[in-house]
Amino acid sequence: MSKINVNHHRDADEEEMERTLRAALHGDTVAPPSIVDAAEAAGLLDVAYARLDSPVGTLVLASTPQGLARLAYVDEGQEDAVMEEIAGGLSPRMLSAPRRLDEPRRELDEYFAGRRRAFDLTLDLRLLSDFTRRILAATAEIPYGEVSTYKQVATAAGSPRGSRAAGNALGSNPLPIVLPCHRVLHSGGGLGGYTGGLARKRVLLAIEGRPE
Amino acid sequence: MRLPPFQNLLDAHARDVHRFLIATVGSIEADDVYQETWLAALRAYPELTDAANLKGWLFTIAHRKAIDHVRAHSRRATPVAEPADLPEAPAAEGVAAMPDEELWAAVAALPDKQRTAVALRFIADSAYAEIATTMEISEPAARRNVHEGLKRLREERTR
Repeated sequence: MSKINVNHHRDADEEEMERTLRAALHGDTVAPPSIVDAAEAAGLLDVAYARLDSPVGTLVLASTPQGLARLAYVDEGQEDAVMEEIAGGLSPRMLSAPRRLDEPRRELDEYFAGRRRAFDLTLDLRLLSDFTRRILAATAEIPYGEVSTYKQVATAAGSPRGSRAAGNALGSNPLPIVLPCHRVLHSGGGLGGYTGGLARKRVLLAIEGRPE
Repeated sequence: MRLPPFQNLLDAHARDVHRFLIATVGSIEADDVYQETWLAALRAYPELTDAANLKGWLFTIAHRKAIDHVRAHSRRATPVAEPADLPEAPAAEGVAAMPDEELWAAVAALPDKQRTAVALRFIADSAYAEIATTMEISEPAARRNVHEGLKRLREERTR
């Protein structure tokens, strides 16, 4: 084949060629096409997600073919952890596909602007245990702008002595805001807890006309 | 196995996989092979047991899809029309070809193995050992293919 040429000029030439090549091949090329449509057509888009800026900070919305499955609060620097948690809970076949979340994003925008009192979204409740599902179903009955207590919610869910368990269930709500666990307070009138922190709970209650 | 969202791979490697395919199958075919590559990766992704070298894994898929494509293409290569019957490619009138474009064309004209090795080396920034794994050849062979490719390209440039 070829002789190996041990020549210093050749090395310098080769280095220059490598630099030129690296620069040229890393230069601007046409942007690659999106794979979202093809993935969906092939049944491989398990999770579509999008970000949404809101009065309670950045939210990540994730939906499966069955519906909206997750709404997550993102604290500063926590985005990767939130994404991994969602991938772990639903599926790692997860693509950024904002258009697939246009409807929930629009409804949430309207809610934050005070122009929407109820959500009309298809939900995928796979991340909820049976108990959490019952508690959140009871929570979903609390009207916009009203509040309830952990004890009342537990009672409505058929577990009158389960107010602590109800609190835990609400704390693990995978769909906050949409399933309005922020409307559940302590019996004494205290705010109680909140999955996204109490500051967010206050903002949501204020949006609904219940400033502290 | 806790895997990061697939989107992370896309964000990190989409452009380089696309460039690699432009270099290996040409810009017209690159988009199709790109889709095939990513769908194959997406399909297999949840079953991965080792997330240590996702880049190598991706480029191995891209390389295989490029080979499949080139093979399928050459099978179809029975001429359906005389070259003279085909519409002429639009001439780049008034626009001088950029040196970078010449270089891309020169890379595209390399023999298969040299082209792939050069593309892996300078687009994917792969080490020779990674090139060897991806191309299923020995490391010295990977090194030789890169060097032979470079030599040809240099000859093209200085001609």
